[in-house]
Amino acid sequence: MEEKIIVGIIVSAIAFFSVYLVTPILIKALEKRNLCVKDANKKENVMIARPGGISIIIGLVISLITFYLFFPIVEVLAVAITSILAFLVGIIDDRRVMGGWFKPAALAFCAAPILLLGAYDTNLAFPLFGEVKIPILYLGLIVFMIPVMGNTINSIDVLNGVASGFTSIASFSLTIVLFILQNYEIGIIALCLGFTSLGFYKYHKFPSRIFPGDSGALVFGAAYGAIAIVGQVEVIAAIAILPAIINSFLFLSSVKKIIEHREIKNPTSHTEDWKLQTTADKLAPITLVRLILAKKPLSEKQICIEIFKLAIFSGILAIITAFMMSVEI
Amino acid sequence: MSAQIFSFIFSMWILILVGGGLMVLFVGPISFAGFGEIDPIINSGIKVLIALILIFIWIFTLTKIKNWIFQRQTSS
Repeated sequence: MEEKIIVGIIVSAIAFFSVYLVTPILIKALEKRNLCVKDANKKENVMIARPGGISIIIGLVISLITFYLFFPIVEVLAVAITSILAFLVGIIDDRRVMGGWFKPAALAFCAAPILLLGAYDTNLAFPLFGEVKIPILYLGLIVFMIPVMGNTINSIDVLNGVASGFTSIASFSLTIVLFILQNYEIGIIALCLGFTSLGFYKYHKFPSRIFPGDSGALVFGAAYGAIAIVGQVEVIAAIAILPAIINSFLFLSSVKKIIEHREIKNPTSHTEDWKLQTTADKLAPITLVRLILAKKPLSEKQICIEIFKLAIFSGILAIITAFMMSVEI
Repeated sequence: MSAQIFSFIFSMWILILVGGGLMVLFVGPISFAGFGEIDPIINSGIKVLIALILIFIWIFTLTKIKNWIFQRQTSS
């Protein structure tokens, strides 16, 4: 146990500081190559470096490889390779705008390492009621889960700091959950993701110096989904990101089809003092941000805080659910 | 508005717990024997079908709850 604590601290530090140190270099390199996009929520014509997925994947993979050297378990490889594949899908989407179905279809293939390495268990655990064995159905669930998680995190990457801050909160909640369930090794993997996203949050928070891009957001989502699968906490992991799931649910139930996020009408507009307000356009989709803004216009920073409050609430529900796992009716 | 979103998240959580219970209590124990070597495929196929129906009911219920909670906001 003592060894796991020490290794946990080492890999957490590696995850955080590698992203923390690499990201400023990446920002300079991207700005030098003019790989910048306009920040749509700033009054001035502010250009922000993108994609930051490069530093995210570096931090995550280095920390996971270090962990693998101490604990050579197949689950670490499964999470690392899945994340790398998701990064490749994201970087293609960052460079060339692909169709709405490209990401879900490509991300489904990213689940292959989990299947090929056998880093899963076909029992799906539910709180209070126990487990259900679904051998064939579970394989479909694995292929389904990575695209869903990837796109769910990607869909909330709409404001400065939201994707990285949200992933940090969800990953730390998942770490606590895995520790409660005494799944310490996978808990440390979740810790790596938490500290990677926290290191990136330093530069992504309001006002952003870098955007994660699809490559960063998809790494966050795919790594989170892979951890949920290898840690056998699929249901609890979904509970911890309920605000993001709600965002996707509201969006899909209003748009009623899968489309690339750049194609949609903006559900918000700006007030004179450059706060965000809900749009009057009835054809614009309903999103989490639009609901938060329904009562009154808010600044970008205030909306981020509201989303983080919802993430913490979901994290608490996930932790309560973890305690309920040990109780059986 | 935040209170309504919190209550929606809480509703989703309850629905997940209930849905999980239905899966474990009713879908999990389903077993059809007598079809020889294709038994596992038939069992899984039926479970998939029931799971899809449950997901459909889950989403339908969630949509109703969403409309109920966000009645004014979603129509604005």
